[in-house]
Amino acid sequence: MSWGSLENFLAMGGYGLYVWGSYAVAFALIVTELALLVRRKRIAVGRIR
Amino acid sequence: MSINWFKYSSPQIFFPVAGRLALGFGVLAVLACAVGLYLGFFVAPTDAQQGESYRIIFIHVPAAWMSMFLYVIMAFWAGIGLAFNTRLSGMMASAIAPTGALFTFIALWTGSFWGKPTWGTWWVWDARLTSELILLFLYFGFMALQASIDDPRRADKAGALLALVGVVNVPIIYFSVKWWNTLHQGASVSLTKAPTMAATMLTGMLIMSFAFWFYSIAAILLRARCIMLERERSADWAGQYARGAA
Repeated sequence: MSWGSLENFLAMGGYGLYVWGSYAVAFALIVTELALLVRRKRIAVGRIR
Repeated sequence: MSINWFKYSSPQIFFPVAGRLALGFGVLAVLACAVGLYLGFFVAPTDAQQGESYRIIFIHVPAAWMSMFLYVIMAFWAGIGLAFNTRLSGMMASAIAPTGALFTFIALWTGSFWGKPTWGTWWVWDARLTSELILLFLYFGFMALQASIDDPRRADKAGALLALVGVVNVPIIYFSVKWWNTLHQGASVSLTKAPTMAATMLTGMLIMSFAFWFYSIAAILLRARCIMLERERSADWAGQYARGAA
């Protein structure tokens, strides 16, 4: 699969909004989950000390 | 050689093991994700009918699978906790719920973003979509119920009942496309039939499924570690760990 240019890749054959809208939200949620886990651990350790 | 598995059911022993496993599975998740997305975006061909919009499949189907698997595993640990009254089982069930809800939401969201260009609608009250939405509410219900009960042991028991009753929804989701006339398509991958998609598409999707599995294991173990520290904060091992982590 060769896209030719970055513009073509981002355009996703006219479906850019749908493809990137899916991937961006999934990625953002996963990063948020990891950040919340790091925060929760820090708070748990802080309560013990 | 025999391994005493009950040894690992003690939070004190499991805590460091979970930390090392989480790191290993996290690394595997990143690697599998890189390979899966490379196959999905740079190797798999354009779909003849759907154009490039089908590329949502590489996260949609793995997320939908994870949402169901994780629910079954959550119900399994909840059931073990009810039957054997082991501390760690309830902690594992509680640790799984948020990640399960996350993947359920991702499945619904990406499905919506795929439905709009292919069906012409973001949402339809079709059996597959509705039963998956109910799954999201079951996860939320489980988390809300546990959060509303102060005593962790009682929260585990109440949550376990909800999780076990709700497990009936999982086969309903899976077979909904067979039992009802749905807008959602039938299974693309099954154990009894040859897959109905190009080999590179299928490979990319399966590798992304492994990536989501590895990620889920890592995230769940990290959350289980948090829960162990919260529930056992007065135990010696927790104090030693907290002082060491300073």
